[in-house]
Amino acid sequence: MSKPIVATASLAGCFGCHMSLLDIDERILKLIELVDFHKSPINDIKTFTKQCDIGIIEGGCCNTENVEVLREFRKNCKILISLGECAIMGGLPAMRNGIPVRECLEEAYCDGITVGENTERIMPNDEELPIILDKVYPLHEIVKIDYYLPGCAPRADLIWEAVVALVTGNELNIPYELVKFD
Amino acid sequence: MNEKILGIIEAYGRSPYRLVDILLSLQKEFRCVSDEAVNIVASELGLSEVDVRQTKSFYHFFTTEPVGKYAVYLNNSAVSEMMGMADVVDEFEKLCGISFGQKTADGLISLDHTACIGMNDQEPAALINSVVFTGLNRQKVREIVAAMREGKPVESMVTEYGDGNNAHPLVLSMVKNNIRKAGPVCLGEYETGKALARSLTMGSKAVIDEVKSANLRGRGGAGFPAGLKWQFCAHEAGDRYVFCNADEGEPGTFKDRVLLTERAQMMYEGMAIAGWAIGAKEGILYLRYEYLYLKAFLENVLEEMRNQNLLGKNILGKGFDFDIRIQLGAGAYVCGEESALIESSEGKRGEPRNRPPFPVQKGYKNNPTIVNNVETFCSAVKIIENGAAWYKKMGTEDSSGTKLLSISGDCKMPGVYEVEWGMTIHEMLRMVGAENVQAVQVSGPSGVCVPPTQFNRQIALEDLPSGGSMIVVGKQRDLIKDIVLNFMAFFEDESCGSCITCRSFNMILRRQVQKVVEGRAIKPDLDNMKDWGEIMAKTSRCGLGQTSSNPISTTLANFRELYEARVKDEDFQSDFDMEKAIAESCEAVNRPPIVHE
Ligand SMILES: Cc1cc2nc3c(=O)[nH]c(=O)nc-3n(C[C@H](O)[C@H](O)[C@H](O)COP(=O)(O)O)c2cc1C
Ligand code: SF4
Ligand code: SF4
Repeated sequence: MSKPIVATASLAGCFGCHMSLLDIDERILKLIELVDFHKSPINDIKTFTKQCDIGIIEGGCCNTENVEVLREFRKNCKILISLGECAIMGGLPAMRNGIPVRECLEEAYCDGITVGENTERIMPNDEELPIILDKVYPLHEIVKIDYYLPGCAPRADLIWEAVVALVTGNELNIPYELVKFD
Repeated sequence: MNEKILGIIEAYGRSPYRLVDILLSLQKEFRCVSDEAVNIVASELGLSEVDVRQTKSFYHFFTTEPVGKYAVYLNNSAVSEMMGMADVVDEFEKLCGISFGQKTADGLISLDHTACIGMNDQEPAALINSVVFTGLNRQKVREIVAAMREGKPVESMVTEYGDGNNAHPLVLSMVKNNIRKAGPVCLGEYETGKALARSLTMGSKAVIDEVKSANLRGRGGAGFPAGLKWQFCAHEAGDRYVFCNADEGEPGTFKDRVLLTERAQMMYEGMAIAGWAIGAKEGILYLRYEYLYLKAFLENVLEEMRNQNLLGKNILGKGFDFDIRIQLGAGAYVCGEESALIESSEGKRGEPRNRPPFPVQKGYKNNPTIVNNVETFCSAVKIIENGAAWYKKMGTEDSSGTKLLSISGDCKMPGVYEVEWGMTIHEMLRMVGAENVQAVQVSGPSGVCVPPTQFNRQIALEDLPSGGSMIVVGKQRDLIKDIVLNFMAFFEDESCGSCITCRSFNMILRRQVQKVVEGRAIKPDLDNMKDWGEIMAKTSRCGLGQTSSNPISTTLANFRELYEARVKDEDFQSDFDMEKAIAESCEAVNRPPIVHE
């Protein structure tokens, strides 16, 4: 039987969740015995060329490209996992939710103290660029999500246990400490 | 203005503990509590501005902007809606030219809603400048608005008085008692002072033992054994306090209203007996603001009892000192929760405390305190008078005695019934003349929605416990919209906001029910509602959040088909709208809102 195929992506996230995935340390060797990786920043495969079994996504959706990638993942993966606070709730990027987009853009490109000279108040609007959304959306508001792994970043052990349980079909037994954050 | 404010502060001995009373007086005097007034109160009481502001903002009847010269607060609880509230709203809005939540331009009339005001047997009902108006309809609204336009005093708009003490010169209210069935305990024969005299000769420990052996359990809803509570408190050191809980906020209960009207002496006597039993000198009656119309009368009863030496110093010559004062609430359901009630009585926001310590250990001003329901105190009086054995003959094994039921909704004879514990729902429905019943909401929104297949269940603490609220829902009603949605909106409004789950899940769940009602929900929403309700129940500090998902969970369990008929058979739906989501930023950066897919 062929190995289950895993794809991952980072949307409006900080890559911290992916770093945490790498924190499984030497178990990464076991992981590649268990699964094959397809589209992922880890192997730099950029486009889907086959159906995958598990999609793991970090970060929420803050722009049109995020939405596109997410929808592509939904199309190409049997199971989709929201990984981390940003994917599940919007996380830190969602702190802009509630502030008008125009204000955010002006702060970033015109008025913020780290902005250089921009007397013409130019804001990026090239057609090639993804378009910023009115707010940062958690993934499940856009596509169906099957599982959620909480944390910022979720502990490596949690990711490991969850992925192993998913591919082996064994029950997921996570100690309370792995999902306790206070 | 300043002088008036200072006068009010002075009248309450400049005590921060009386902040709620001070704010009530300010609201009455100025029809609002302005920011300026807040500042003066804060500096005079030595509190920070936010301390005063947070207390003020907690209660429904304090406003920053002045309410109208006539402030209408119309009850919008489920039974009011069932009995024709929509017409009343429409007529008020039409005649006043404003919507609910607004005030006429001349400042004459303001229209607002409020939660159940304890008049479910005579809905739709409203408070206008604290005067109760019941049985409203279009015609009555026309008369009221005309009288308001003529500038008549609100009291003069009440032309017919209710029965019993509702017609007492100190009450003069149109409220009817609607006592449909008087039992032998609370609404039977009663002679003031007999039980108290007996207690004083029995000794305090014997009183507690008698109440314990009668197995008197709290009538406020939770059913905790009263004798045991008193015993715990008696064993704690400190100045002990007796609180009577007359907050009666659970939508659909109004039996305490009737006891306050017709059995005030009995309630006070019960408090004095409890005071004797636990060794307390002071009692406080926490009276919900909605029952302000009874306050002068209740004060007068206290005075009469002092004159009879049943309260005050050296009661009945036995060297027992005990007196009672009345503490008003200001509109907050959660203040019925005993520790919130204590907080509120200390002049603070009515936020339930963490426990332990329990109120019997650290209650009012951190002293040992018992809190009991009005009916519990009344029952204790009869137990002392007639003995535990007499009392235990009534009711069931685990629930002895009688229970006052406030029955309302779709039945011929809404009102108060004193019945023995153990009556079945079937029997109850026959008693009140209810036919074509779809469901009975037992014990209010925080209770259980019981379907016809379970009408053989008993009203008893061991089967269907009830604090007294019984709402009959006829077949013609839309159970999810008329009942569940209304109840969830109530909890959303009344959550004190301390616990994150109670604060947010009640809102989320209410929206979810709204989705169902509007036909926008999908199948997985139903399971989500159930799961989220369970999480909220598990993670909330007080009874409010622990039970506020009951309207959903009990109807999902007992009436699932009603939900299923209204949800879409899909396993995912998204409200995400790309076009809407990009409009704002495209405009800001001046680029065409086109997404290349
Ligand atoms: C949100 C909430 C509201 C309550 N409202 C009331 C009330 O209006 N009247 C009442 O007697 N008990 C109410 N209770 C119950 C009280 O906390 C307390 O159990 C009761 O007053 C104790 O008296 P008892 O043992 O005589 O019933 C409420 C509880 C909660 C959680
Ligand atoms: S959840 Fe935390 S670690 Fe993961 S992407 Fe967001 S900010 Fe980074
Ligand atoms: S459960 Fe709700 S009402 Fe009770 S303390 Fe928590 S937030 Fe307040």
